[in-house]
Amino acid sequence: MNPVVEVTLEVNGTRQQVEIEPRTLLADVLREKFSAKGTHLGCEHGVCGACTVLLDGEPVRSCLTLAAQAAGHRVETVESLAEPDGSLNELQGAFQKHHGLQCGFCTPGILMSLTALFRTTQHPSEDQIREFIQGHICRCTGYQQMVEAALDVSEHAGSAR
Amino acid sequence: MKPSVFEYHSPETTEEALGLLGELGADAKVLAGGQSLMPLLNLRLTAPGHLIDINRIPELRESARMNGTLRLGATTRHQDLGRRADIADCCPLLPEAAVYIGHPQIRTRGTLGGSLAHADPSAELPAVAVALDATLVVRSVRGERRVSAADFFTYHLTTDLDEDELVVAVDFPVAGPRQGSAFGEVAARFGDFAMAGAAAVVRLGEDGKVEDARIVCSSVAGTPKRVPEAEDVLRGQEAVAAVLGEVEAAVARTLDPAPQPKVSAGYKRRTAAVLARRAVEKASQSALRRMS
Repeated sequence: MNPVVEVTLEVNGTRQQVEIEPRTLLADVLREKFSAKGTHLGCEHGVCGACTVLLDGEPVRSCLTLAAQAAGHRVETVESLAEPDGSLNELQGAFQKHHGLQCGFCTPGILMSLTALFRTTQHPSEDQIREFIQGHICRCTGYQQMVEAALDVSEHAGSAR
Repeated sequence: MKPSVFEYHSPETTEEALGLLGELGADAKVLAGGQSLMPLLNLRLTAPGHLIDINRIPELRESARMNGTLRLGATTRHQDLGRRADIADCCPLLPEAAVYIGHPQIRTRGTLGGSLAHADPSAELPAVAVALDATLVVRSVRGERRVSAADFFTYHLTTDLDEDELVVAVDFPVAGPRQGSAFGEVAARFGDFAMAGAAAVVRLGEDGKVEDARIVCSSVAGTPKRVPEAEDVLRGQEAVAAVLGEVEAAVARTLDPAPQPKVSAGYKRRTAAVLARRAVEKASQSALRRMS
């Protein structure tokens, strides 16, 4: 048995102490200890972006972050996005409306990156949206529909639908 | 894949980190932003017995401006290089180059000191540090020393750092009133490893002629490659088209890059030369703007 450490993580507002090996990636802890299986692991070396989560509000690769490094910081995953009643939030709804996904594997990471963008920039331009999507690989959509979904949110942000 | 087993250390002071490094030496790796080290660990291309995480050390995040120098702590993140007004004000080359580093999701974690210590010849910051004539502040339990960026990079992924040493900060000279700078690179896709890049720092005299220039190319040798032959062409001249053409020719003549998979040596040489010319032109224009 390899040595373990105890760390307390705050994931989507819930604090929980977990016992892990120091080499455990944040992505694996999210999936295995917090049942946050929306965080997907694709390449496991920082290229594909599927595992992107927010750490203190900033988008990071959870495959390039050790779980132990997240202790004392706030982690947000795709599970935090839905409205309290379980319905899709505005960005998720726009992805659905514009067909911004097909297989959906890359979608959680992209939603988290765009969530970070929309928090700092209420009406991001197409260039800003593409800059944030640039760090993600999608093999289905060709990205265009995601950009359209994000632009839809950008244009309507702050106004009642 | 997942990393092999290691012991994890998370010191809260620089002294504690240096003590660990001194004790563990070659069996330890320093974890800064992790954007290069973590892939190597995950792929098991490296398997150190100990990891020393320096992210919880407040001193390494500090910055200070003193007498013409901007000191940035080693764990200053790429995102901060791109966003902080004081950095843009003192060293506009840093934010200009920072946008080329990976993607926004990488820049939130990756660090200045980490990029320099990793010393990937295709990386942006090593070339920028040499172009700006930066000095690395390096510390161990044996004491502190200062290493010029020009002497720091010794070979592909290899630096002047000893096993027990840590980059704690980097000193950048604050840009003067007649100085301009620029950076450019070409990659297969934006954010990928550069196939070639160039940074230029130009200082003009009051007559608008080039007093001094530093031209550094990336991804064309084992270390950032300064091109004195091209700098000599510029000195005493105005950066007009004919002179810029000579700069490009001098860079193309001087560089001797090794080919990479899918990137021939000739492509690297030609691309670096064009990027150097463009960087010199843009740097001169920005210097002229600052003067007017």
